[in-house]
Amino acid sequence: MDAFLQQLWIARRALLDGAWLTVQISVVSIVIGTAFGVLVGLALTYGPRFLRWPTRLYVDFIRGTPVLVLVLAAFYILSVIGIQLTAVQAGIFALAVFCSSHVGEIVRGALEAIPKGQIEAAKSLGLNFRLTILLVLLPQALRQILPSWVNTGTEMVKASTLLSVIGVTELLLATKEVISRNYMSLQFYLFAAAIYFLVNFAIERLGKSLGCRMALKGAR
Amino acid sequence: MDYQFNFGVVWDSRNLLLSGLALGLGLAAVSILIGCVIGLIGAFAATSRSRVARGLASAYVTFFRNLPILVILLFVFFALPRAGIRLDKTDSFVASLSVYAGAYLVEVFRAGILSVPKGVVEAGTALGLRPMQIRRLLVFPLMLRNILPALGSNFISLFKDTSLAAAIAVPELTFYARKINTESFRVIETWLVTSLLYVFTCTVIAFLLRRLEARLRLP
Repeated sequence: MDAFLQQLWIARRALLDGAWLTVQISVVSIVIGTAFGVLVGLALTYGPRFLRWPTRLYVDFIRGTPVLVLVLAAFYILSVIGIQLTAVQAGIFALAVFCSSHVGEIVRGALEAIPKGQIEAAKSLGLNFRLTILLVLLPQALRQILPSWVNTGTEMVKASTLLSVIGVTELLLATKEVISRNYMSLQFYLFAAAIYFLVNFAIERLGKSLGCRMALKGAR
Repeated sequence: MDYQFNFGVVWDSRNLLLSGLALGLGLAAVSILIGCVIGLIGAFAATSRSRVARGLASAYVTFFRNLPILVILLFVFFALPRAGIRLDKTDSFVASLSVYAGAYLVEVFRAGILSVPKGVVEAGTALGLRPMQIRRLLVFPLMLRNILPALGSNFISLFKDTSLAAAIAVPELTFYARKINTESFRVIETWLVTSLLYVFTCTVIAFLLRRLEARLRLP
């Protein structure tokens, strides 16, 4: 144990940098993916046909492809077609695309669950389409979206480990590098697992308490 | 952009890609079978009267659901040998994917058990069946129908997760795709074909499962 603590102290910078990069990757890809995902969800539910079909195709294609393949494809393909990105940027791009398809499905499910009377009521009040979405539909959908969206958050933190495969030194690759120096694989993989667990557990807890607070009174 | 498409190299490697796809399906199938065993035991523990059993089941679920598979996989493959447990790369992968799948399947089976009406269990008790017999003869067959959709979507996501086996050089689809990619530099073709293969397989599985569900539906 002493030896482990000593090695941990030596490796503290590398591991902290890795953990910080993991946080950055997760947050940025969740933010971009969610913004795009809401648009995807709207297009899937209310889009005109010429928009709905390509969006459906996009979502099904992304959801049918493993995240690792998305990450590798983004890493290799983007540079070939002339978009020069660093490994981190390409990885974030892949994770954001993945996130957007999931958020898109969540948003679609929530929007479709809203009774049609709500739209009719908004129309009879004279609200235009944009205002109907902003004032009537999205606030109601949010109640359903939030718990599953937080779940997507843990998925993204987990998926961020895949960036280690394209050489991004996030927490997992940082751990691997530390292990290749001191050979304490048991201790350091457990340590990394503990950190991932704590982060995801905290997010999950947050989601549960949000879900409880946002549920309608009497609905539970 | 003046990229010349050339699918020749990928077409020449079709046997490799298809064998990788088959291995991925096999890995997913074995893992979901072991995962189902874990899930079933865990679900009966989670719904049992014993507090210890409930606590253990919930600890297992919470722990493994919140870990990235890649971390579990690297731990099993690189760290467990230090503790004297040696598995080769395929076994390591199946072990990792199974415990991961088990954590999700506990919840699936638990929901399934709770979906069986209480009256069925009470009827079994009234007939003088023992608790294990009630589970085996009444609850299990009844819940199977209810959980089939969830089981199917779990299988599809496990199949996609088999791509991670490439990280420890298990020769499945993603592994071969990377190999072809680095050997031929037909970057776009390789990854396009690879993801299309995954998408196609997932679609076929989903279609077959829907057929099965329709067939098993009670009149």
